[in-house]
Amino acid sequence: MSGNPTDDTPATPAVQNSEDRRHYMLLFVGLAVLLVALPYLVYPVFAMKVLCFALFAVAFNLLIGYSGLLSFGHAAFFGGSAYVTAHAAKVWGLTPELAILAGTLASAFLGLLIGALSIRRQGIYFAMVTLAFAQMVYFFALQAPFTGGEDGIQAVPRGHLFGVLSLSNDLTLYFVVAVIFMAGFLLVYRVMNSPFGRVMRAIRENEPRAISLGYQVNRYKLLLFVLSAGIAGLAGGTKAIVFQLASLTDVAWNMSGEVVLMTLIGGMGTIFGPIVGAGIIVSLQNYLASQGSWVTVIQGVIFVICVLAFRSGIVGVIAQKLRINL
Amino acid sequence: MFELLGIPPAALFGQLLLGLINGAFYAVLSLGLAVIFGMLNIINFAHGAQYMVGAFVAWMLLNHLGIGYWPALFIAPIVVGAFGIVIERLFLSRLYKLDHLYGLLLTFGLALILEGLFRNEFGVSGQSYGVPASLTGTVNLGFMFLPIYRAWVIVAALIVCLATWLLIEKTRLGSYLRAATENPELVQAFGVNVPLIITLTYGGGVALAAFAGVLAAPIYAVSPGMGSNLIIVVFAVVVIGGMGSILGAIITGFALGLIEGLTKVFYPEAASTMIFVIMAIVLLVKPNGLFGKRA
Repeated sequence: MSGNPTDDTPATPAVQNSEDRRHYMLLFVGLAVLLVALPYLVYPVFAMKVLCFALFAVAFNLLIGYSGLLSFGHAAFFGGSAYVTAHAAKVWGLTPELAILAGTLASAFLGLLIGALSIRRQGIYFAMVTLAFAQMVYFFALQAPFTGGEDGIQAVPRGHLFGVLSLSNDLTLYFVVAVIFMAGFLLVYRVMNSPFGRVMRAIRENEPRAISLGYQVNRYKLLLFVLSAGIAGLAGGTKAIVFQLASLTDVAWNMSGEVVLMTLIGGMGTIFGPIVGAGIIVSLQNYLASQGSWVTVIQGVIFVICVLAFRSGIVGVIAQKLRINL
Repeated sequence: MFELLGIPPAALFGQLLLGLINGAFYAVLSLGLAVIFGMLNIINFAHGAQYMVGAFVAWMLLNHLGIGYWPALFIAPIVVGAFGIVIERLFLSRLYKLDHLYGLLLTFGLALILEGLFRNEFGVSGQSYGVPASLTGTVNLGFMFLPIYRAWVIVAALIVCLATWLLIEKTRLGSYLRAATENPELVQAFGVNVPLIITLTYGGGVALAAFAGVLAAPIYAVSPGMGSNLIIVVFAVVVIGGMGSILGAIITGFALGLIEGLTKVFYPEAASTMIFVIMAIVLLVKPNGLFGKRA
């Protein structure tokens, strides 16, 4: 991840040929079917929570899978967008899609600022720098007049989509969230397989060579960072509308750690890993919610186990077994 | 009473003292991080948790065994340092051949485990730990009252920093350590037990964190969350100073504590974010940190 690719560093696969493309198409159709069936299998609110965090993890994974940069501060974009979205929907009275758009753009801009500074360092320094900047955003959220301090912004109206469709019904909102999730996920997939994605792969594999070929490496990294921050913001804003709440939890360092854990357990650098990881961690939190701090302990144990013995993650292991890219 | 820039001197020096005390903790903690990083190439995310455990060990020694502050100042670092050695042998030693980020992730997991366990046991709120009888009271310096314990914290932190620096720069063990940092294979070939040095280094770095924890116990509430917020600031301190130099870590720690204290006097709203702002500036001007050597 620090410019010396080894077997252990996560690398996001690129689609190589038409056969690959066909099996991705099948997987996407399968995912879409699952998304339609999900609210009838589990509580819609739970399903929405999974999708918001899955999109968040997809955004985080875009950065680590394509640049090897591990951000430990992605909560800043998730939570920052949650605050902006909540404020826009509640105080400015924007419709939910515009509120989420405002949150997403704010996060992308924040990503531009933090990214421009952070990509000046690599490896573990990058992780520390992003963590520190996220903590700065946390303190800002704690003190700024519009964020509501310890209370956060509560009772955010779900509103009417495009001013027409009421989102107070959980099932209706679920399908909106599912569309947002799928759009974000397909965008990431599209970016990964665009010329931009190819250049990012080249930089990841051999940065000096990419530089010598004339690529402005830092510009590419920054663009990727902004994209990742924006999609994390899309997830955070959607979450604020779903739960009608933006709070300090969304910007705290624990949140940054959680998204790392989701991606790690699902499989860093895989396409579907973050979704699986998000499903597992959110389920875990739901079922253990009454156990208090044991959730933290268990998350820590999963971290340790994953790092010591399970670095490819669940999807990574399945992909190796089946010898396909997932 | 005279005034400086419209600020009463008692308030100014009071905040400077607080800043210096924060700086003492930044210095000791970033020193430990730098020592560990130099040898293991791992950022010890559990450093804050180990600092917290140090404080709790002192608290438990007092409340369960009746062992007071002075013995705790030695026992807690030894206990927590030994725990660190076990961690290094069991977990970290398996990661040296991998990307350094895995060390960060593993120690982050350890930090979660420690914090969660202590929160289960003690709850979120803090336990109080009294100032030892021999260090209670204040001294009147004329312009302000100086609590003796706070003065002791600064002195103790300075002594520990200096001792660590001397150990690393001026002793035979330190020269082995520095040599092993530069070229572990060669030093190993000379018959020095490098894995043992690595293990002891981690234990020593962790012991430094625990020592800071005991120092902090009478000042801050002893609580499970006391380490995690502090360690993020210390990360920023480390980025500002760069991890190439022991002395650099010490100076940066104290200096940033002072700057933070001054910010509290003149612009309190920015006090909690000041260090991060400085980090942003340093990243712009000197990305490798003020004392950083490596690119």
